[in-house]
Amino acid sequence: MMISVQGLYKQFGEVEVLKGIDLKIQKGKVVVIIGPSGSGKTTLLRCLNVLEKPDKGKIRIGEKELDFAKSVAKQEIHAFRRLTGMVFQNYQLFPHMTALENVMEGPVTVKKEAKAQARQKAMDLLKKVGLVQQADQYPFQLSGGQQQRVGIARALAMEPEVMLFDEPTSALDPELVGEVLKVMKDLAAEGMTMVVVTHEMRFAKEVADEIIFMDHGRIVEQGKPEQLFINPQHERTKQFLRLIE
Amino acid sequence: MVKMYLSYLNNIMMDHDRLERLASIAQSSLLPLVKGALYNTIPLTIITFFIGLLLAILTALARISGIKLLHGMARVYVSAIRGTPLLVQLFIIFYGLPNLGVTIDPFPAAVIGFSLNVGAYASEIIRAAILSIPKGQWEAAYSIGMSYGQVLRRVIFPQAARVSIPPLSNTFVSLVKDTSLASLILVTEMFRKAQEIASTNYEFLLVYTEAGLIYWVICFGLSIIQDRIERRLNRYIAR
Ligand SMILES: Nc1ncnc2c1ncn2[C@@H]1O[C@H](COP(=O)(O)OP(=O)(O)OP(=O)(O)O)[C@@H](O)[C@H]1O
Ligand SMILES: [Mg+2]
Repeated sequence: MMISVQGLYKQFGEVEVLKGIDLKIQKGKVVVIIGPSGSGKTTLLRCLNVLEKPDKGKIRIGEKELDFAKSVAKQEIHAFRRLTGMVFQNYQLFPHMTALENVMEGPVTVKKEAKAQARQKAMDLLKKVGLVQQADQYPFQLSGGQQQRVGIARALAMEPEVMLFDEPTSALDPELVGEVLKVMKDLAAEGMTMVVVTHEMRFAKEVADEIIFMDHGRIVEQGKPEQLFINPQHERTKQFLRLIE
Repeated sequence: MVKMYLSYLNNIMMDHDRLERLASIAQSSLLPLVKGALYNTIPLTIITFFIGLLLAILTALARISGIKLLHGMARVYVSAIRGTPLLVQLFIIFYGLPNLGVTIDPFPAAVIGFSLNVGAYASEIIRAAILSIPKGQWEAAYSIGMSYGQVLRRVIFPQAARVSIPPLSNTFVSLVKDTSLASLILVTEMFRKAQEIASTNYEFLLVYTEAGLIYWVICFGLSIIQDRIERRLNRYIAR
């Protein structure tokens, strides 16, 4: 098991956003999370790399486990975060760094890698996402699709066990969506474990090993794409799928 | 005002001897004034600005830390400094502290007073600059495993610097001019030099105007430097 989540709860003020999430994801699998707005998809993803601290529950990624019923030290959280790479809806590149510097930043600052070596690795990653030409450009000089691909390369540079994507294409012009999805498909084909929140149903059908449908802070239904899309078991799932068709 | 100044100039022009006397005073006072600027005004400005900036950063961090005690101390400090005249602060440090047995020489006393002052005002600038950086930048930096300190140093400060350069430049320029107050706690900076010179020859208008011009030249030079820095920091922003 690559990821295992047990009894995860998260509350913002009075609002319970995650109400007991249990989840297991095997190494190399691509899991797509769908669900209506406000159902807690982003929050779940953010809990997986502890950008949001759960109130209760356990998360295990690879060999490391955090139990949020107990107090967790900062260092543990920092170490835990390095197991996952996060790709944000609005890219969140560092605007004062070039594409190459964005990708090198983690290895150099966090992993203390030598610059020359980090640069070489970063160039390889930029090549992988098709942006060698743009290495020395600043984010403002790149299109949304290019920025998002740099974002993916930046996350990959930390050599995470798992990649998390929160609606990676929903801020993009339609004609730029394909280039980002292509990079994600390539990653999946290489065997990367991925958790993807997306409204791109074609991507979900083609690439996902498993679909999770969330509603009101719970996982309502979970299954293979062909099963969940064609023959959903729950009324809420049917309703939601009808809405997005 | 202008009319009077012009008629004053006119009178001088009529009187050849007086003109010569003024020219020689202007010339002979230039060197002491520039020395006052180079040995005291400028060092005082630079030293206090950097100490003040450091204080400001610490104060700003204390205020956004969410740690109640630090936050409270920072707020009291900023409020006290902003709520009292700079001159009163300088007098307390230089003339007041000796009553407690703490005697400080003029120059270090000025450094302390001005640094505390800059620290309080600039902390507001820096706090606002840090808060202006989107939360997503913190999250992106945390998500690649950075610690709080690393996020500040590598991601937040470089971007906050760009935002805060124009207001910090204002602080710096004000500081250059405010150092003239140090004359009142016996620092022989440029303005005190001007007072000393004028008190021997009674050409107040001439000597103080000369001092004013030197302040202006310094501030003008600063605005050129500011421009350079801004252009450099703006290179990654779309225009
Ligand atoms: N930092 C926060 N403070 C308070 N409430 C929050 C916070 N973040 C999220 N919420 C609330 O939690 C609920 C779930 O939000 P979340 O962003 O996880 O939903 P989502 O499934 O990702 O929705 P969407 O499809 O719109 O992105 C929402 O009601 C939201 O308003
Ligand atoms: Mg969301």
